Amino acid sequence: MHVLAIGTRKGLWLATSADRRSWDLDGPHHPMTEVSAIALDHRRLLVGTANSHFGPSLLASEDLGRTWEERSPIDFPADAALERVWQLTTTADPDVVYAGVQPSALFRSDDGGRKFSLVEGLWEHPHRPEWGAGYGGQAVHTVLPHPRDERRVTVAMSTGGVYRTFDGGTSWEPANRGVQAYFLPDPYPEFGQCVHKIARHPAEPDRMYLQNHHGVYRSTDGGDTWHSIADGLPSDFGFAVVVHPHRPEVVYNFPLTADSDRFPPGGACAVHRSTDGGDTWTALRTGLPDDFWTSVLRDAMCVDAAEPAGVYFGSRSGEVYASADEGDTWRCVARHLPDVLCVRAAEV
Amino acid sequence: MRVVVLVPGVLRSAAGGRAVVDLDLAEPATLGTALDALTASWPLLDRRLRDERGVLRRYVNFYVDGEECRRLAGVDTRLEPGAEIRVLPSVAGG
Repeated sequence: MHVLAIGTRKGLWLATSADRRSWDLDGPHHPMTEVSAIALDHRRLLVGTANSHFGPSLLASEDLGRTWEERSPIDFPADAALERVWQLTTTADPDVVYAGVQPSALFRSDDGGRKFSLVEGLWEHPHRPEWGAGYGGQAVHTVLPHPRDERRVTVAMSTGGVYRTFDGGTSWEPANRGVQAYFLPDPYPEFGQCVHKIARHPAEPDRMYLQNHHGVYRSTDGGDTWHSIADGLPSDFGFAVVVHPHRPEVVYNFPLTADSDRFPPGGACAVHRSTDGGDTWTALRTGLPDDFWTSVLRDAMCVDAAEPAGVYFGSRSGEVYASADEGDTWRCVARHLPDVLCVRAAEV
Repeated sequence: MRVVVLVPGVLRSAAGGRAVVDLDLAEPATLGTALDALTASWPLLDRRLRDERGVLRRYVNFYVDGEECRRLAGVDTRLEPGAEIRVLPSVAGG
């Protein structure tokens, strides 16, 4: 069975399918809470929620949403309070789970997501007073553990950019060389970029893709340097970037016209795919609508691990689309949901 | 001394289904010590009502004997024996 977890501004929906073409939708789970982060790992679901009255929370289900258990809160040790969980990332070790949160910080769990501890090395980084907040808040929104070396973790935050640790989180260094910050006097600072999302392939972890606040980049050296791959796209603005589950050179992007015009160009809903690491791009539109005057947020696009790969995205207008053939054709999974904040897919 | 907390419907599942919780507090008691006692019994209520610094959630109101605590002394508002703490979500959300 294929499962697609859809986190929205007002709850979680779970879609299931035998063939990834016809989907059954179940929800809302946790109605009236923002579901801003989802980890979906076999039958284990871990979600970060935030209620406008009662604050953030962390919930887990071991039976695909039939029952839920509220986990211990993610607490800052002092002088800060958790506002929202932006990212939940499982690792090769089922006990190790990371949470990227607002305000910008990283937490780590060593018991499968039951209790989390602040990664002090990043929180105490001397750059932290200079990390800024975008419209969505200041957050670590991306966590990419190295698939083969648990001491290496890459995170991205808005604003601040990409940071890496090579020693298990004790020390962190910025990794933004080549990434532009057009809104700063120095367009290529050491840090301070508004990186929207980064993606890496587990089989080739030094290859990464980055969607910036204007700019789409590739790194082939683990983030030492970044090079633009935006030339073949209709726009270099957007939020989501996703790498194919089996082919590191295949990458997906959902371009929006510009910072000041956050719609797909011409209102034409289109996922763009590159099969050569971003050198060239193809618009994928079969089954996708015109007059799509909405946007796709940074975690609202994902792939599954099936063969051929499934690709999924949801919009701020509450529509969710799925492709069972690597993006060639698309079907609508859901309409009229609240704003889609994140999607995650798995075969269970 | 005894005080009573009135729990709104939306939070009762985190309080074992109770609409009313009686607390036995040492004197002098404040709203903050009452919340400490309440959430010691019902830990899921804690982050619903205040963050990890103890700051009250912005859109949750706490009426102490009919007066919202932010017009009094906030979490330091002194409680009289028999005080009633009524927890009410404020108007918020979209």
